[in-house]
Amino acid sequence: MMNRLDEMLNFHTQALRVRDQRQQVLASNIANADTPNYKARDLDFKTALQGALKAAPVAGGVTLAATAPGHLAGKPGLTADSGLLYRTPAQGSVDGNTVDMDAERAAFADNAIHYEFNLNRLSSQIKGLLSAIQG
Amino acid sequence: MSLFNIFNVAGSAMHAQSQRLNTVASNLANADSATGANGEPYKAKQVVFAATPVGTNGATGVNVAAVIEDPSPMKMVYDPKNPLADDKGYVTMPNVNVVEEMVNMISASRSYQSNVEMMNTTKTLLLKTLTLGQ
Repeated sequence: MMNRLDEMLNFHTQALRVRDQRQQVLASNIANADTPNYKARDLDFKTALQGALKAAPVAGGVTLAATAPGHLAGKPGLTADSGLLYRTPAQGSVDGNTVDMDAERAAFADNAIHYEFNLNRLSSQIKGLLSAIQG
Repeated sequence: MSLFNIFNVAGSAMHAQSQRLNTVASNLANADSATGANGEPYKAKQVVFAATPVGTNGATGVNVAAVIEDPSPMKMVYDPKNPLADDKGYVTMPNVNVVEEMVNMISASRSYQSNVEMMNTTKTLLLKTLTLGQ
């Protein structure tokens, strides 16, 4: 039973984690808009979410060490560089910086809305479970 | 929660931008200071930004790696009546480019604003996260 509950909430929880991670990457880009030679980065959301949902280890992910046959493998967590790519600059700049402020802010706002969406979905799932319990 | 890290990232960027604004203010204020405490004319100062890792999971903030003296040549002004004039009648004036500094100022203030907005968005998201399931 607990397993099913976990599975039910898992998708949006993992999606929230990836959104959370992506928000941080985009924040780093906006913060470094004036840093010479800084290369803008972004997560490929699809790959990162698939990586987070899959039990198979993500490249560079940390797995639990199993020293006895009964030990659980555990799900590898989302790592800092799972699906982290460099952005292709639309317009290069003389100082080697590839941050496009408009694109970054649009992505930041977009990611924030999606984060809220995932929160809302998770919230309503929890509410649904609560009303099932309380009748 | 990576979202908490955004406060550090944006905070470091705001700190760097305010330092840049500070040097702009210093440069503009001293645009005509032909002599200073050391007897030399004022030299324009510029900040050098560098990306720096914040926390352990891949966030990148900004720090001011150095404050350098502007390498551009000093302005020579012909003013033989000035007590600081050399034997040919030229006074060495600071190498502050006022137009460049104004542009620098606007750019710094816009970047600062972006970071403030970023913090506000993050704060909203975190507050919404706190009300999860209610």
